[in-house]
Amino acid sequence: MEVTRRDTMVIGGAAALTTILPSLSSAAIPVNELIMGVTGGADAATSGIDLTAPEIAENGNTVPISVDAPGAVVITIMAAGNPLPGVAKFKFGDGAAAQAATTRIRLAGTQDVVAVAEMADGSFAAVSKMVKVTIGGCGG
Amino acid sequence: MAKGVKPRVKVPKTASAGEMVTLKTLISHKMESGQRKDSDGNKIPRSIIHRFTCAFNGKTVVDVEMGGAISTNPYFSFDAVVPEAGEFHFTWYDDDGSVYETKKKVEMA
Amino acid sequence: MKLIKIILAMAGLVATPIVTIAGEDSQLTINEEPFVTSVAAPAHLENVDTIYSGWTFRTDETQALQMDDFDNPAFVFIDQAIDTFNAVDGSAGKACVSCHESPEVFKGLRASMPRVNGSGELETIPELVNNCRTERMGAEKWKWSGGKMAGMIGLIGLQSRGMTVDVAINGPATSMWEKGKELYYQRVGQLDMSCSNCHEDNYGNMIRADHLSQGQINGFPTYRLKNAKLNTIHGRFKGCMKNIRATPFKEGSDEFKALELYVASRSNGLMIETPSVRN
Repeated sequence: MEVTRRDTMVIGGAAALTTILPSLSSAAIPVNELIMGVTGGADAATSGIDLTAPEIAENGNTVPISVDAPGAVVITIMAAGNPLPGVAKFKFGDGAAAQAATTRIRLAGTQDVVAVAEMADGSFAAVSKMVKVTIGGCGG
Repeated sequence: MAKGVKPRVKVPKTASAGEMVTLKTLISHKMESGQRKDSDGNKIPRSIIHRFTCAFNGKTVVDVEMGGAISTNPYFSFDAVVPEAGEFHFTWYDDDGSVYETKKKVEMA
Repeated sequence: MKLIKIILAMAGLVATPIVTIAGEDSQLTINEEPFVTSVAAPAHLENVDTIYSGWTFRTDETQALQMDDFDNPAFVFIDQAIDTFNAVDGSAGKACVSCHESPEVFKGLRASMPRVNGSGELETIPELVNNCRTERMGAEKWKWSGGKMAGMIGLIGLQSRGMTVDVAINGPATSMWEKGKELYYQRVGQLDMSCSNCHEDNYGNMIRADHLSQGQINGFPTYRLKNAKLNTIHGRFKGCMKNIRATPFKEGSDEFKALELYVASRSNGLMIETPSVRN
């Protein structure tokens, strides 16, 4: 098959469509809105917090994630596309050697996972990461 | 008390003063999210562990509020400081009022 | 029409990067002990040169869960099974431990099962467990894939972890093995598919968003992320049959036992990974 310029545009359109569709269908809360909900409207820095999550999760039932925000007092984790976005809230005490944690979470579908850190000085940092959740053939 | 709940924790037996240690915890629990429906279409009520805490000699390491999106058999891993010999105290709080506890001693190396 | 074709082609393009070639670049270690996850196929396999553990087909994150016994959620159930092993049950007032000193006495058993016993019957571990319960303990049978049974066969299987699968297929086992082989290649169900269509012809390829394995059973019972519990071999066979819209055989049936023998013999040479973690 010879790919014409017109075909290329169609391909581009299809690609755009596939990226938009998941967020439309899952009625996800905008990431920014979730972040503002934690910060009370204050701006959050985009550095100072790391979120590790798989790009593709083999099963949405058990998705390993890690957060790390040096100097944080609280780290809130949310899943924008879940029926209830609140996942967990880690408060770190004096006994913590690092403001970091790993856990396993449920994701109801492909969506953004959001982490917001509240620092000791009252400032915030936030990060989000898209996790694609696959629909299994036989495994799922 | 939810049936068959069993905590597992991984804590080093010894540490040197001020050492950073990685702790891992796992507890068997269905974590019924409250989002599922039974075969008649009725919502299955939420029944989860909603809080987990870890402290060393009374000093908080982490205090976690947990939602229904934490996976079955909740797992946590995090880092703690061991300033002196003592005991880690892990506590899980169930929606049904049960409290599951386990303790691990750490000696000075 | 053209657009549909292009979208389908797109889907193909999107799927391509997910496909990883089975195995060679990742090394399974469990508690820092190296495991063999790919090896030359046993001589009786006609269409496959190399056999791969199901572990090699999983994502990095799922693979990692099996590499440390603390990270492996199956051990919640292994711990429970240790308690069960020591707990008295039934009219004879006995526990497993009354006759079997510790679970460790079962080292090696999992690697050679199923097997033909002295009376010429093919036997599996769940049957051995239930025989003990009904004959010696005076206790109720456990359901084949129930939590108690899955945990106990997980505990028994764990004792052979790291040992090489070596299931006997000759002598008295021959006829059952032949029957199992026939079932493996027999197309069934509305989708008219055999085990071999997925696990021999298409391992390494995607089935929807899933990566097909060779269907090796050396890691069973396996903790599946899907249902967050230990899954038995016959339970998995049943699931496969439902997926191809066939009426499944019963767990513990002669058909599934024969199939278990044949499928187990396809992993001769791999190591027991019980309890493994899969998606």
